[in-house]
Amino acid sequence: MEMVHTAPVLELQSVDKSFGPIDVLHGISLKVHAGEVLCLLGDNGAGKSTLIKTLAGVHQPTRGKILMDGAEVSFATPRDAAERGIATVHQFGGTFPLMSIGRSFFVGVEPTKGWGPFRIFDRKKANDIAVKAVRDFGITRIDDGDRLVGGLSGGERQSLAIARAVHFGARVLILDEPTAALGVKQAAHVLRIINEAKRRGLAVIFITHQVMHAMAVGDHFAVLIRGAIAADFRRGEKTREEITDLMAGGETMADLEASIDAQERRHA
Amino acid sequence: MSVLSAFLRRPAAGSIVSLIAVVGFYILFGGVNVVTLFGAASWLNFAANLGIIAIPVGILMIAGEMDISIGAMIPAGSMVTAIISGYYGLPIWVAILAVVGVGVLVGLVNGLLTVNTTVPSLIVTLGTLVALQGIVLSVSVFLTDSVSVALEAPPWAKLAFGQLIGGSHQVIILWWLGLTLVFAAFLHLSPIGNWVFAMGGDKVSARNAGIPTRKLTIGLFMVSAIAAAFVGMCQTIQFNSAQVSGGMGYIFNAIVSVVVGGVLLTGGFGSVFGIFFGTLTFAIVSQGIYFTQIDRNWSNLIIGVTLLIAVGMNESFRKLAMTAIRKKGTK
Ligand SMILES: Nc1ncnc2c1ncn2[C@@H]1O[C@H](COP(=O)(O)OP(=O)(O)OP(=O)(O)O)[C@@H](O)[C@H]1O
Ligand SMILES: [Mg+2]
Repeated sequence: MEMVHTAPVLELQSVDKSFGPIDVLHGISLKVHAGEVLCLLGDNGAGKSTLIKTLAGVHQPTRGKILMDGAEVSFATPRDAAERGIATVHQFGGTFPLMSIGRSFFVGVEPTKGWGPFRIFDRKKANDIAVKAVRDFGITRIDDGDRLVGGLSGGERQSLAIARAVHFGARVLILDEPTAALGVKQAAHVLRIINEAKRRGLAVIFITHQVMHAMAVGDHFAVLIRGAIAADFRRGEKTREEITDLMAGGETMADLEASIDAQERRHA
Repeated sequence: MSVLSAFLRRPAAGSIVSLIAVVGFYILFGGVNVVTLFGAASWLNFAANLGIIAIPVGILMIAGEMDISIGAMIPAGSMVTAIISGYYGLPIWVAILAVVGVGVLVGLVNGLLTVNTTVPSLIVTLGTLVALQGIVLSVSVFLTDSVSVALEAPPWAKLAFGQLIGGSHQVIILWWLGLTLVFAAFLHLSPIGNWVFAMGGDKVSARNAGIPTRKLTIGLFMVSAIAAAFVGMCQTIQFNSAQVSGGMGYIFNAIVSVVVGGVLLTGGFGSVFGIFFGTLTFAIVSQGIYFTQIDRNWSNLIIGVTLLIAVGMNESFRKLAMTAIRKKGTK
């Protein structure tokens, strides 16, 4: 797919972020287009979470610009970013485990029925819409909107959170390690849903530590090392081994294997 | 079977089971005459006075906050009523407005301190509890030179707030039943009720979803303060006098009722009917003992054991509610 002529949905230009004296991000420039999955890779502490929190309005950049559709924007709060269509899904998906699927889906935008001061929460409508939204993403096991979110599996919760973001018109979907802590099947589920979101024209920013997961859905990859972009490439431009080496912070997988071997021999 | 499992998943299940267990225990081991027990007014009167306070306190707990200043709001409501309408002889409606006004004010202070500081609301309201006690005592002594004030309420006010029905049942029972329905509609039917659960589940996410968490928190503190002051006012109209002391026991009793009623101490889970049955359970345990042959000195032990059993049940029923209900015929 060629996207050269349309402005990226979201773009960062030379963004720096420091917390007081601690510099976490340096000169980050990135673009993500509609219908494209950008995989953000990097070791622990590389600054991935800080980067997406900056995109989501949790942090403000110390220097540099954020652009949406080519125009500069600034997000004072997560709410501002959400209103612009930037939705963040955290590792454990739904944040209200003790609420029902229908109720949590509509927090803050509850559908009502009835009249005047007697408007009441329309439970049936909320449940039906929420259940349909997840089922449209292929999660057909969910059929009862009264079930508590906490009773869903990790993958189902992720799917629910993604379906919710899409339902409310998100344009950019930010996923912080959605497949961490999931089994193979569940992870495959979430990856299918990422593909579905992409097919529907969302721009997806996908953070993961698993190269296989990234390669399964990614169109575009950026590797962060100590807060700077160490590599920025498109699908097919690098092999799995090369990406793995990059993620390990430049150390090659062969080096790592050698050091593990050495350690094992010492303990044997 | 599936009806039973659906029942056990509801937040009120633990308190209903506790209530049945307690009544059963008193009948089997206490030699209680069921007709006498259910005909008696004492535990119902007790439950009504407590229940009107326990519900808004429980809703605050569902929202992730705590209010113990209600212990001082009860005498505050009493004294405001008696001083304005008894000591100064102003019309009772002036006193009623003042009671609501004091509730709004104290709720505002509790709410503002809670949303503008990082101090937990348990500590904030501990502070306002003690401060309010001091204010009620000082102002009463300053204005009336006394710590208790008499009041003769007009018949309509007696009828509305302080009458005995059938010679034994306080009219406040009707207020309790009515307010239970109003609070239940608010929490479980209105859209704002959904915000309360979201706020108690995760305050930051709730705010990001556009919920006015500050206003809602302040509003809920106002409601609990008004409810406590209202109970104080009704007691004054009922008994024709007000004292500056008293009310402290309500803090403990309300929290036990709310917790037995299935509200999660950390917020985000609970129901008004659960609190209702929790209050009834507590009232029967503490007042019903007088109808048994059990030595009343044991009543606190029974309350403690009931509390632990009810909380244990609530824990396991909540875990059950979290597990998926697999419908037959679906994979
Ligand atoms: N609020 C903050 N104040 C100071 N330092 C911070 C703050 N937030 C993050 N950091 C630092 O920034 C660095 C990057 O953290 P970040 O959480 O973005 O890493 P990450 O790439 O998401 O790591 P992981 O893969 O473990 O999630 C870390 O060294 C962290 O200690
Ligand atoms: Mg992280």
